[in-house]
Amino acid sequence: MATEVKTPYTGPERRQRARAPIVAPGHTFATVTDKISSIVLTREVGKGWILGFAIAFALTMMLFVALSWLFLKGTGIWGVNNPVGWGFAIINFVWWIGIGHAGTLISAILLLLNQKWRTSINRFAEAMTLFAVACAGIFPLVHVGRPWLAYWMFPYPNTMGTWPQFRSPLIWDVFAVSTYATVSALFWFVGLIPDLATLRDRTRNRWARAIYGMLAMGWRGSARHWHRYEVAYLLLAGLATPLVLSVHTIVSFDFAVGVVPGWHATIFPPYFVAGAIFAGFAMVLLLSIPIRVAYGLQDFITMRHLDNMAKVMLATGLIVGYGYTMEAFFAWYSGNPFEKYMILNRMTGPYGWVYGLLILTNIVSIQFLWFKKIRQNVFLLFLIALTVSVGMWLERFVIVVTSLHRDFLPSAWAMYYPTGWDWATYIGTIGLFLALLFLFIRVLPMISIFEMRTILPQAEVAEVKE
Amino acid sequence: MRKRPPIYGLMAEFETPTQIVEAAKHCYAAGYRKMNAYTPFNIEELHAAIGFHHTRLPLVVLIGGIVGLVGGYGLQYWVSVIEYPVNVGGKPLHSWPAFIPVTFETTVLCAAAAAVLGMLALNGLPMPYHPVFNEPRFVLASRDRFFLCIEAIDPKFDMEQTRAFLLSLEPHWVSEVPH
Repeated sequence: MATEVKTPYTGPERRQRARAPIVAPGHTFATVTDKISSIVLTREVGKGWILGFAIAFALTMMLFVALSWLFLKGTGIWGVNNPVGWGFAIINFVWWIGIGHAGTLISAILLLLNQKWRTSINRFAEAMTLFAVACAGIFPLVHVGRPWLAYWMFPYPNTMGTWPQFRSPLIWDVFAVSTYATVSALFWFVGLIPDLATLRDRTRNRWARAIYGMLAMGWRGSARHWHRYEVAYLLLAGLATPLVLSVHTIVSFDFAVGVVPGWHATIFPPYFVAGAIFAGFAMVLLLSIPIRVAYGLQDFITMRHLDNMAKVMLATGLIVGYGYTMEAFFAWYSGNPFEKYMILNRMTGPYGWVYGLLILTNIVSIQFLWFKKIRQNVFLLFLIALTVSVGMWLERFVIVVTSLHRDFLPSAWAMYYPTGWDWATYIGTIGLFLALLFLFIRVLPMISIFEMRTILPQAEVAEVKE
Repeated sequence: MRKRPPIYGLMAEFETPTQIVEAAKHCYAAGYRKMNAYTPFNIEELHAAIGFHHTRLPLVVLIGGIVGLVGGYGLQYWVSVIEYPVNVGGKPLHSWPAFIPVTFETTVLCAAAAAVLGMLALNGLPMPYHPVFNEPRFVLASRDRFFLCIEAIDPKFDMEQTRAFLLSLEPHWVSEVPH
């Protein structure tokens, strides 16, 4: 008889290794509730929180300074010129809105796919969506030149007798982004209601009880209410799923509907959506890795979550890589000299180093995620997520700037250099994003408490023989 | 008109989801109809056990979606063809493919708003006061305990018999809930 060859990790052992639990064993309804709500209801504010919030708040103030100066002087303080009329504003807009998409993906699409591991990360991923969309919304608003007239983009009866041009992708964008912001906020708030009731019932502070009580709107966990609630939540998820795909598709139309070489490509919608999810998951990892350590949430945000997110990042990153390849392929295959020149200029022109960096950060760096050892290494994962976040920003820079700066006529060519105000605005929105996140962590439960209860084994209703 | 009962109802407290589902089924089988269960999370089996099967919410959402669809498309048609016709690159005034993205967004927006507002309206929320909050132990309904309340307006309700019946279901606790 041949001796039994023990291949590494077969059978149950393998399954156990591959599948770390989504909640550490030993938790009950009460411990889950107490652990998550105590982060909000505790009296002391941690030193790390104060320091982090102070930095984020200072950067937010920088944003306000930059925007005030912009309102006083106009968009001339930015590096935009002719032909590069779309600079940092559109780059940052697309970057932020893309980051937001992972939150909706986690909360809606993974809910419909019955991926239970989404439960512990969906709340703050949704918060991330909301804050990212808020940051994104600033840019199109301020880049119009006279932001106090931005409401002209909405269709309303006015004394000028004019109406928006509904054949323009920029107007589609207004509808897509405002719908996305509204639906994300609704989805987030609906998800919060039962947890607000928990906080109302658990806080000892009178003011907190009054505020949480008002926000919970008298939620009492009635079985009839729960039933309607679940139906509403599922329908919202079903609505948010095509919505999130439509938003980045429409964002890509801003480019693809134009005739500029490097923008006019049918690959743009799917490749933008994949890029958005890619960037978004990188941001969720970037946030969840420090938060789970800082607040001791390793029981709820386990290695399984980090592993799954890394896999999603790898998959979407490969789709993005396919997008880059096809862009280059079609530039060659089209036989169009402008397209051909665009891709050559993109790779080897004055911004060629940005393109090289983009390939390195977005395509090369994620290849390490094929290895389980690296996916299990929190530090390396954080580093890769950071790299990807930078890479996805570079991608938008490459698409916007290298396509515009050398178009059809060489006499119209020019270089684009961002100014200090461009950077101050961009970094300022990162500050605003972080400041909002810090406040969110302090005043609202960052993990959905009621959904965590449902994934505990005790939540199963056992069959009782009559 | 019937006199207002002296209390809101009798409330039993249970410790596990299985217990409350069983208890709710027994109450329903015993003929009680005016009852409600209160739990820290949704239990799939429970709403059916207390005799609540159907919600009109999907219909509300459908109507919201249709309003958004017709409204969004209608707005664009009216603006682009009737009120403010502009020739753009020789495209027809009624260039319907260009109207699809905005129509889609308004459909989703109205359907989502209908889902949230409809859910709140059908649930009767916001409701600042409700008698169940008079029970001091009810704060645990948002933590780890499961409550079943038989309301005094139920025709079968009788203080002594109902209490005895609830006690027979082996709850952790039974109490009277004042108005």
